[in-house]
Amino acid sequence: MNNANMMLAAPEFWVLAMACVILIVDLFLDEERRGIIHLLAMLTLVFAAIMTLRSNYVSEGVHSAVAFNGSFIRDPMGDVLKLFSFLVLGIVYIYAKFFLRQFRMFRADFYTLSLFALLGVMLLISANSLVMVYLGLELISLSSYALVAFDRDSRIGSEAAMKYFVLGSMASGMLLYGMSMIYGATGTMDLYQVSTAVKSVGSDDPLLVFGLVFLVAGLAFKLGVVPFHMWIPDVYHGAPVATTLFISSVPKMAAFAMAFRLLQTGLGEMQGDWSQMLSILAVLSIILGNVVAIAQTNIKRMLAYSTISHMGFVLLGLLPGTASGYGAGMFYVIVYSLMSAAGFGMVMLLSARGVEADKLDDFKGLNQRNSWYAAVMAMVMFSMAGVPVFVGFFAKWMVIKAALDAGLMWLAIVAVVFSVVGAFYYLRVVKLMYFDEPLTESEIDAPVDFRAAISLNGIMMIGLGIFSSSLIAVCMASFGA
Amino acid sequence: MLTLTHFLTLAALLFSLSVTGIFLNRKNVIILLMCIELMLLAVNMNFVAFSRFLGNMDGQVFVFFILTVAAAEAAIGLAILVVLFRNRQTINVAELDDLKG
Repeated sequence: MNNANMMLAAPEFWVLAMACVILIVDLFLDEERRGIIHLLAMLTLVFAAIMTLRSNYVSEGVHSAVAFNGSFIRDPMGDVLKLFSFLVLGIVYIYAKFFLRQFRMFRADFYTLSLFALLGVMLLISANSLVMVYLGLELISLSSYALVAFDRDSRIGSEAAMKYFVLGSMASGMLLYGMSMIYGATGTMDLYQVSTAVKSVGSDDPLLVFGLVFLVAGLAFKLGVVPFHMWIPDVYHGAPVATTLFISSVPKMAAFAMAFRLLQTGLGEMQGDWSQMLSILAVLSIILGNVVAIAQTNIKRMLAYSTISHMGFVLLGLLPGTASGYGAGMFYVIVYSLMSAAGFGMVMLLSARGVEADKLDDFKGLNQRNSWYAAVMAMVMFSMAGVPVFVGFFAKWMVIKAALDAGLMWLAIVAVVFSVVGAFYYLRVVKLMYFDEPLTESEIDAPVDFRAAISLNGIMMIGLGIFSSSLIAVCMASFGA
Repeated sequence: MLTLTHFLTLAALLFSLSVTGIFLNRKNVIILLMCIELMLLAVNMNFVAFSRFLGNMDGQVFVFFILTVAAAEAAIGLAILVVLFRNRQTINVAELDDLKG
């Protein structure tokens, strides 16, 4: 292995080093100077992004490069997803700083744990062997379990963490069991070699099919699609909003990359098998997510069910197994992360000292309290509902088009019908904000960086919508479509 | 003579035992943690058996990673358990019902 190969993983090394540095620096800081941690974390993200942009491995006709004996891969898809992970995590940090200060939880643990989770996200995005997939995934999961229990004195927080831990570990077990079967059938861990071995073994080998079923089950759990969705509402509800915001955004991009690596790079030959499984999962998620969300009165739970349906849409992009389908799925997952960041950011903004504004009623009459924030929330809701011009519409349109191109008419019809059903509960929030009387007249106040970030995040919903073609082109180019 | 099938059957039995344990147990969270551990060990059995019969070392290396991660997982699980007990004075699975809907 030469130095050039090691350099491919430079951003990962940097994030790892900085997470450790922040862990130690915190020991020497008192309460007032803890803002330094925030600055260091932001710096980490900026430099990681620069390193990702600068490393030059693409040459004529070569679009990817591997390191560490083929277990680590850099390719355009990975780079784009990593850059958006940095961006979204930066937004998360800006929101979280204000929120954690208000709730007297502003400790460095949030930053170190989420940086370690980010490292897991980066490794998972770049994983090219079964070992790497597992390690990246566990790094994300273990950090997230701890983040959910971040508010140590919260009854529901610890309950959510326990549920997340047990179900998450079980999902990892399933995934591992599937991996062991695939290893047994192919005799290798490297995903490239797995795919050549699958060709020679034949895709109807019982061991492989058995392994695939467990693999898809584990994957479905991590994405949070029906019938492996039970943890999502409870965890989103029980965790502090800062954590909910984190686990609902950044790891979803890694889960998408993981699905692509395992199913396409490794088991692309078995596309017929897995696309059937994914289509069932997708339909169930879109239906259940949108219908159950209507019954929710807690906005964190409502957004949790909306996540389930959004992940169903991402599966629509994955299941045709075509380059344009993957591009559409990737566009969807990026857009979803940004929408989710803005949605939970608004919940944080309204949270007054010590009380989370997690009821739908807390949004009543927001327009009278502050019309700009109401407009931001309305843009987010319109985008999630898939109203044209907003970016969420283009995301939905692309994945539905991918499903149609693959000849899956019935799937496309279900998706369209239930996104109309889903529009009901998104628009209900808009109705509450504009046509109801506010419960409190208290002023909404936030530091300037929070206000700038949430405004920018809201404007992205319409800005990315109008200029969606460039981001779509980037996503499509990542897969050579 | 022990064949690969024997090992796979044993691993499958252990795996199903642990999944059943997670779903049937309504009493104690610690039993859930034990079931999770058992599940990972069943997978390890699979990997070692395949590795031995394929004559390929990769599987055994993976087992070391799984063991390490399992230790970290147990540490986090027990830490969450302590927080849970401090907040609720119970670790009864059936009483973890504040969150629903």
